[in-house]
Amino acid sequence: MKPKVLILRTAGTNCDKETAHAFELAGADVSVEHIHHLKKHKQLSKFNILCLPGGFSYGDDLGAGKIFSLEFLLWLKSELENFIDNGGLILGICNGFQVLVKTGILPDLNFSQTVTLTDNDSHRFEDRWVYLKTPGPDPTIPANKIWLKDLDSVITLPIAHAEGKFFADDSIVKIIEKNKQVALRYVNGQGVRGGYPFNPNGSINDIAGITDISGRVFGLMPHPERFIDRHHFPFWQNQTVTAWGFIIIENSVKFFEKGG
Amino acid sequence: MIWRVDVFAKNKKSDLSLTAQVRDLGVYGDFKIFSHKVFFLDSELKKSDIESLAKQLLIDPVLETYSINQGIFSEKPEDNQIIVAYNPGVSDPVAISLMKAISDVSVDVRDVMVSVSYEFQGLEPDQISYIAPKILYNPLIQYPLKYSKLSSVKNLSEFSGNDYEFSLVNVDILNADDEQLKEISRTGCLSLSLEEMRIIKKYFTEKKRNPTDCELEQIAVLWSEHCAHKTFRGLIDYQECNDKGEVTSQETIPSLLKTTIMKATKEIASSGCVSVFDDNSGIVKFDDTNNICCKVETHNHPSSLEPYGGAATGIGGVIRDILGTGCGARPFASLDVFCFSPWDIEYKDLPVGLLHPKRIIRGVVSGVGDYGNRMGIPTVSGAVCFDKRFLGNPLVFCGTLGLIKKERSFKHPKTGNLIVLAGAKTGRDGVHGATFSSQELDETTVSLTSAVQIGNPIEEKKLTSAILRAAEENLFNAITDCGAGGLSSAVPELGQGLGIDVELDKVPLKYKRLNYTEIWISESQERMVFFTETANIARLTEIFQEEDVPMTVIGSVTDTNRIVLNYNGNRVADIDMDFVFELPRIKKEAVWVNRAKIKADIPEKKSYNDDLISLMAQENIAPKDWIVRQYDHEVQGGSVIKAITGIENISLSDSSVNRPDLKSQKGVALGVGINPFYSDIDPYWMAALSIDEALRNVVAVGADLTKTYILDNFSWGSPDDSHVLGGLVRAAKACYDYATYFKTPFISGKDSFYNEYTVGDKRIIIPGTLLVTSLSVIDDCSKTVTGYFKKEQSLVYLVGLTKPELGASEYFRMLKIKEGFVPEVDKTIALNIFNAVTKSIGRNLVLSCHDLSEGGLAVALAEMSCGSGLGACVFLDEVAKQGSMKDYELLFSESPTRFIVEVEKKNKDAFESLFEALPFGLIGCVSGFPQLVITGTDSKEIVNVSIDGLRKSWMKTFQEFR
Repeated sequence: MKPKVLILRTAGTNCDKETAHAFELAGADVSVEHIHHLKKHKQLSKFNILCLPGGFSYGDDLGAGKIFSLEFLLWLKSELENFIDNGGLILGICNGFQVLVKTGILPDLNFSQTVTLTDNDSHRFEDRWVYLKTPGPDPTIPANKIWLKDLDSVITLPIAHAEGKFFADDSIVKIIEKNKQVALRYVNGQGVRGGYPFNPNGSINDIAGITDISGRVFGLMPHPERFIDRHHFPFWQNQTVTAWGFIIIENSVKFFEKGG
Repeated sequence: MIWRVDVFAKNKKSDLSLTAQVRDLGVYGDFKIFSHKVFFLDSELKKSDIESLAKQLLIDPVLETYSINQGIFSEKPEDNQIIVAYNPGVSDPVAISLMKAISDVSVDVRDVMVSVSYEFQGLEPDQISYIAPKILYNPLIQYPLKYSKLSSVKNLSEFSGNDYEFSLVNVDILNADDEQLKEISRTGCLSLSLEEMRIIKKYFTEKKRNPTDCELEQIAVLWSEHCAHKTFRGLIDYQECNDKGEVTSQETIPSLLKTTIMKATKEIASSGCVSVFDDNSGIVKFDDTNNICCKVETHNHPSSLEPYGGAATGIGGVIRDILGTGCGARPFASLDVFCFSPWDIEYKDLPVGLLHPKRIIRGVVSGVGDYGNRMGIPTVSGAVCFDKRFLGNPLVFCGTLGLIKKERSFKHPKTGNLIVLAGAKTGRDGVHGATFSSQELDETTVSLTSAVQIGNPIEEKKLTSAILRAAEENLFNAITDCGAGGLSSAVPELGQGLGIDVELDKVPLKYKRLNYTEIWISESQERMVFFTETANIARLTEIFQEEDVPMTVIGSVTDTNRIVLNYNGNRVADIDMDFVFELPRIKKEAVWVNRAKIKADIPEKKSYNDDLISLMAQENIAPKDWIVRQYDHEVQGGSVIKAITGIENISLSDSSVNRPDLKSQKGVALGVGINPFYSDIDPYWMAALSIDEALRNVVAVGADLTKTYILDNFSWGSPDDSHVLGGLVRAAKACYDYATYFKTPFISGKDSFYNEYTVGDKRIIIPGTLLVTSLSVIDDCSKTVTGYFKKEQSLVYLVGLTKPELGASEYFRMLKIKEGFVPEVDKTIALNIFNAVTKSIGRNLVLSCHDLSEGGLAVALAEMSCGSGLGACVFLDEVAKQGSMKDYELLFSESPTRFIVEVEKKNKDAFESLFEALPFGLIGCVSGFPQLVITGTDSKEIVNVSIDGLRKSWMKTFQEFR
């Protein structure tokens, strides 16, 4: 089955077009809609994958993703619960990840915020390429069920954000770690913990992305849609290139092609 | 009633960046600064309702907590606290977003005010009041809330005062003598000369009535240097003298623009040009369905007063130029170029009224970043120059590229069209911006408070989405942006030749105290004007509502050829378009005195290791990756060559390459050329060299000159000074000579004058600065190359001719040597070199290519090594040179049109055959050791430095900004 993907945008979303392009390239049937449109037409159930793309929703004026999260819950909460119950996948990239944690969809679909993404330790916006460690081959790890299949143990993707520092109380972090919900960690080129700038924002436990326990909901600060073509890689002229971002997006499409 | 919500971090920490800035001010000791957000909500809701609102909207529950009180101050604050808010009438993006969120949850809050509270520990009250206006707020747009004045305020509307009451103002010019005419121009901030005021008087004498204030403002805007380019379009009496002061040539130039820059474009008659010097940006061909357009603007004056807001609205404005091109283009890449003063000046030495360069640098960089990032337009190219003369007049150039459907590349305004204003509501921001930028800055300028605009990128992002959707459905037939002069320049320009009739009371206001004239001239940001048919309004409304963007019909297009303005049924302006668009032709004097050519001769050294290491640390050479990184340069997913490349992405690329259409391999290379220092010797060569540099930068990645277009941006001192203007004439002449020879047409340009500042009786004029922007259509992005070494053992070529040209070079300026020959561009060789480099890259013969600019050969090699970690062994004997040259000349000369090209051994013959009959030398090879070794002409090693040493020096300069 060719999955239907909804890229949901609002005022300040700015990665919708390239994210749509990435899903199209991976073989999906893609729609890009404004949240005001969805509020009016209530059609989330038509889709298999919901993607919240990057950007600065409402300028992140009250904190990253804050107002988008509010609207998301005000207008779409019950639809969203049905969407998840019916086996839909959710991908939140950058600002989308911020929305997923501020709505409390991540880490545990509880609709109550327990973790956050806050100001980078550098207190400014940074666009840089990072190395990311994947959870390894264990197929029982939630992220490996869908999104991170067939990836090397260390991959590279670009980040571009001002509020990407993953933070939560120790007790919450322990649960996330115990459940193996951490999908991606910032590392250095050798695949080990590197400090700044390898961990570009000061995230606790170097966390760059997490999933829910089922592995269906995935939020990450790096931008997979910015690495779907060999020319995206800064060193494409003299190094071999695997477009890791494309594989991540393609994995979600393949998941439905193989029957969901 | 006013509810006050203080939002605190659970884990309270001293603000380290503020602390560092305070130390920069020379305030030392053991102190701490804490800050937290304070929200004021004007509402009759109960405390419990405010509490749930705070939980829902104002805090991050993981990190923050809050307190709720009544009134602006619940008690008298300690004297170590300052609460900073925006001045009434200044737009606050956060307050606007908060009101949107409040309307989403449908609770009753009339208004909000957002502020930041600062608490100092370990500082005295007088220290705090010294620090606060320098660091915590800019008095032009913000102020500290005072307990004594505000403790009894009951609602927020008290801040903005009473509504405006209409009363028509006529200005008596019919009876005014010359002195009074000058006085009218001065007190009204009209920036009109006596000659111009006399012409206005004559017009109204014929009309047998006095003008309204609004009519005078209308004329002032359209005749401002900013809008009308009086210097470039006016008459100039030009004299050129030799170094003895004897006149060698004399001419009257009818229009500098038409006889140089536009003439070049006309003569080249490139089939790639679609619309040039006509619209808000220049349009050239891209592929079968799309054209691309480009515009570069300056925002110097606003950035000198409020760096963050000035730079942000600079980028915001040029993005709207793209949006307002033809019938709507999609912006896909931006560039920014800055000229700053070095930041080592002590606060006590800073002239009154000037901001410290550190504050300007930080403010400008983050202003462009915050706006561009939120717009989702990658900032992909740029440059930064440092010179002390930019202290009072920093230069901020912002440019944007757009993609536009071929069939939407032209406007078609029609009589009977409705005039629609879309986007943000109108406030007091930037009243008099156009006329303000047409005068010199002095210590009193700061009183012109409202000339500063504040940007709100989310308003513009929403506006962009709505406009592009409407464009896609062909729902309007002409569009333009509200820039300098606001509606008063946008609407008449769009309706030129037809006539307009506008109801000013229809314009939605965010600040109710605006009078009819202020409504017309306000430069509130994030607004566009378009013309459409009545039949389109329903669908337009639907789109704009979904995108949450206000859209209002404010008038109609007529056939009267008049500008007619009404306010609640009162006629407030009625003037002939022919009069306001017919600029008075004002004659200016220009003189250029050639400088004697003085050869510089300095003793040779045994080793240039130290000189090279010091050069790497010069502000103009040290890497600017820390700026690029604060910009989202990858959004939209089209980057092929990013602004930064090489190891750890530190090295600046010669130009960036981006694909505007993700389904195609076609791209656009974007480069810049700027080197104001050569102006100190001769602006003619400064301009020729800037063109050469801009072209070098795109050619270095593989661009073809036949698909390359350029833009000019002049930033100059006062054109009323004949010597300053003489330099401008020289520069413009070079623009004609070189653009014509290279067949690279100018497609758009802009000028900014009066970039000078007076302190006491000392006049500080910026060096005449020309920014040349080059854009090039790249047919196959996969063939482009970058500028760092790729492979051990490969061959290193220097193509182009090296001459002893070190006048105003980085090396001589470092050594404080004022003599020397300015580099000159040899047109014939240059064109052949460009074409040969393009061919060699197109045939896949090149591993890497980097142009030689500041610091010459030695610095270019060092940069290629620093970018790769690979060293090189180079022999100066092999350099193609003119006559006999000293080693330091070979190392550091800035002769133009030169490239270092890295070629694999197997491609040696194929590569060299392309350069037959051209000056080039196989100067060495890439080595396996991380060491740069250069052998001098007498076979002795004159440079032998580790790449690590070079990198360290290179990286340290901007350490405090990293």
